[in-house]
Order: sequence, then C-alpha cells, then structure tokens
Amino acid sequence: MITFAKRCGKEILRDPLNILFGIGFPLVLLLLLSAIQANIPAPLFEIEKLAPGIAVFGLSFMTLFSATLVSRDRESSFLQRLYSTPLKPSDFIIGYMLPLLPIALMQSALCFAAAAILGLPVNINILYALLLMIPTAFFYISLGLLCGSVLGVKQVGGICGALLTNLSAWLSGIWFDLELVGGLFKKIAGILPFFHAVEIEKSAISGSFSGFFGHFAFVSAYAAITALCAVFLFLKQMKNQ
Amino acid sequence: MEAIKTLNLTKKYGKLAAVDNLDLSIEKGELFSLLGTNGAGKTTTIKMLSCLTKPTSGDAFAEGYSITKNALEVKSIIGVSPQETAVAPNLTVKENLELICGIHGFSKEKSALKTEELSAQFGLSEVLGKKAGKLSGGMQRRLSIAMALISEPSVLFLDEPTLGIDVIARSELWDMIRSLKGKVTVILTTHYMEEAEALSDRIGIMKGGKLLAVGTASGFIEKTSAENFEKAFIRIVKEETSV
Repeated sequence: MITFAKRCGKEILRDPLNILFGIGFPLVLLLLLSAIQANIPAPLFEIEKLAPGIAVFGLSFMTLFSATLVSRDRESSFLQRLYSTPLKPSDFIIGYMLPLLPIALMQSALCFAAAAILGLPVNINILYALLLMIPTAFFYISLGLLCGSVLGVKQVGGICGALLTNLSAWLSGIWFDLELVGGLFKKIAGILPFFHAVEIEKSAISGSFSGFFGHFAFVSAYAAITALCAVFLFLKQMKNQ
Repeated sequence: MEAIKTLNLTKKYGKLAAVDNLDLSIEKGELFSLLGTNGAGKTTTIKMLSCLTKPTSGDAFAEGYSITKNALEVKSIIGVSPQETAVAPNLTVKENLELICGIHGFSKEKSALKTEELSAQFGLSEVLGKKAGKLSGGMQRRLSIAMALISEPSVLFLDEPTLGIDVIARSELWDMIRSLKGKVTVILTTHYMEEAEALSDRIGIMKGGKLLAVGTASGFIEKTSAENFEKAFIRIVKEETSV
C-alpha cells in the first residue's frame, strides 16, 4: 500500500500543470488581491481574511489532482493491471488518498507563508489553521476519489477543474461578504461546506473560536459522508472492471 | 501438468453470453493463443482467468487454485499485460518496474535484481531513467510485459500484446515472447493470424463466446484443406467447422 501511495504522490507532483495550478495559482491570487487591497481605502481583501479563504480555495485543486489520477488510471487500464495483483481494495483507497494529505498541508503552509510575507501575523494561530485544515483537505481529497471513480478524464477536467473551483470560490465568501448578496445565494452557500471551511480557518487565524464548532462539525460531517460515498463508488467501479 | 483448466466457464451480461461453457486445458510452459473476431470472448476469458471478472457459472483453475475461491493465491502467481499499455506515465521505467516489485512485497535487493534482469531481457536498460509516458508505443508495450513478468508469475496473460505497434516493434516483441516459451505458461489473445501462427504451441479459436476449435496452425490448415492459416481460420469461423 505504501508503494502504491508513493507512486500516486509522484504522479501528482511530477505533473508541471499540477504545480502551476495547485500551488502557483492560489499564490498569484493572494498577491494580486493583496496588491488591490493596498490601493483601495475599503477593507475588502485584508490579509487576515484573505489568506484563510485562499488556503481553502487552493485545496479545491486536490479534488482535481485526485480525480484526474484515478480517472486516468481507470481509462488507461493501469488499474486493471493492479487489480490482478494481490493489492486489496483498502490499499487502493488509502493509496490514492494518503499522499494528497501532505500535499494539501504543504500547499496551505505555502499559502500562509506567502501571506506572512504580505503582513499576516506569524504566531501559533497559523499552526492551528493548518491542523484545522485537515477535515477540509479530507473532504476535497475524498471528493476527488468519488469523481475519479465515476467520471472520465475529460469530464473530471470540466467538473472538478472548472465547476468545483468556481463553486468553491464564489460560495465561500472569500471575494465578498455573503450577507451582501443574501437570499437564495446565501442559503446555498450555507448548505455547502466551502463557506464553513473558510470560517474555520478565519477563526483559527484570528484566535477567536466563537461559533467555530458549528462550522467544524459541518465540514467534518461533509468530509465523512463524501469519504463514505467515495469508497462505495470506488468499490463499485472496481467490481465493474 | 495443467497450468490452466476451465470447467464450463461462463460469463453472461444480461442475456448475452460473452463466454459460453468454456472447457479448456493449457499445459505448463505452453504458449497458448486465443484467436477470434471482435466480441468472441477472448478478453472476457482473460479477465475471468486473472480474477478481474467473476464468472456467472463454472470455474477455472490456475496451477490448481480456483479463480472463484482462491483469488488471492491466483493473483500471486499470475502476471497480466492488459490490452492498453498500462504503465504509470510520470514514473520512470525503473520506477514502474520497482512499483510492481513493491506491490508483490519484494525486498530492495530482489527488486534491484529483478529490475536489472527484466530491463536487460526486454531491452529497456538504456531508458531506465526515462519517464514511461515519453516512450514510443513499442517500448511501452515492452515495459508493460516486463511489468507483468517481474513478479515471477507462472502464468502470464498477454491481451493483444502487439496491437497498434509498428512491424519492427512487433517483430522484436515476438522474439521476446518466444523466449518465454517453456519457462512461463503464456496465454495471449490476438486478432493477428500471423502472430498466433508464429508464436503459439496451440491455438484456440473463439466465436460468440464459444470455443470452436483447439489445435495447431498446421493442424487447422490440414483439417480444413485450406491454403494457409488465415483461410483455415475464416473457414472455421464462418462454417463453425468443428476441428
């Protein structure tokens, strides 16, 4: 299982597009929005609020990485080859998910490091923010396994690459306060995990944990349900192979 | 001694029988080809024998292990090279080979030894550090077969091993497959008459999930009074001559 997990990690990290979009793009956004903030009088993109949002947004690329890898392995018959080896179903599931967790945390750490250069106070709260990122990372990684189990490579590109990253950005309250839009938009944002994930990170960075547990429970529940669905669908496609 | 034995092996998808009551026996060290038109049931047969698909009824045995009851034991003694070149594209040739060694629980020393041995045997030594995705189609096929062989299987399944590669690469791959004769039991599926004729000890001809005939290429030619193997094959498949 470790051998397979190492392989999955290498496959992801050796794809230059993954590095460019997964790590480069969130950092560019952070720099760009900070530059905008520096030139406007209103507190629109303050680094204490922006950094948690961008860190969560960056994790949406974990879904793309994970789904693309699983989907490509399915389509290229690589999984078929491995299914005829003594690897167990749990080896596949853990092997696909395990290497993405350190990649996700590394990406968040880079995001907070860049934010620190841009003025985010460096203190223990950053460590809390990283640790509390785990359920969100787990949610995005599980969603990748789920999508990779049912979608083709091209569909993954569209759904995980375009749709999910946009949903994750617009419905998380990173760019604007959801209260300003209100109505149905706010309700939809409330029932999806993206906004709650950003709130967890904002709490951690500010060191103010009032209302934190509701958001944490919400994201954790989403992560657990998504993981269960992902395992079910992965095993189903394995059987269908 | 039998390496593979199937007993009324059947796979149905709804009402369609992809493989219908297949009774087949393949000797240890034999190179056996399954030949047939599209949808004949060759790939489904290989998928069942390599525990990728469960049979609807019947059973098969690889070195005495049942594919329905002892799947893990079967998986530990077989190697499979699927129809498409199933390699990890961002891993180097060496890492691809080591990956399979790791999955089969080989020690570091044994992995290094087997990687060196198989890369030399399949002419991959010069490209060990190259990413698999950057190799030509023919070289990817070689790697795919080397990956199937590195776990020291006693039964090797090659599903359309030369599909889509050029004549030279095909000829080279044939030499490599020939070199396995007697050492490993090889079951290969193919569309190419000349491939089955050039490589096989025996050939099984399938159509519509049924095994129409088993024998040698020369035996088929003789029994059908055809000019060559291709014509003998066409005669058997079209007329469903029982040979």
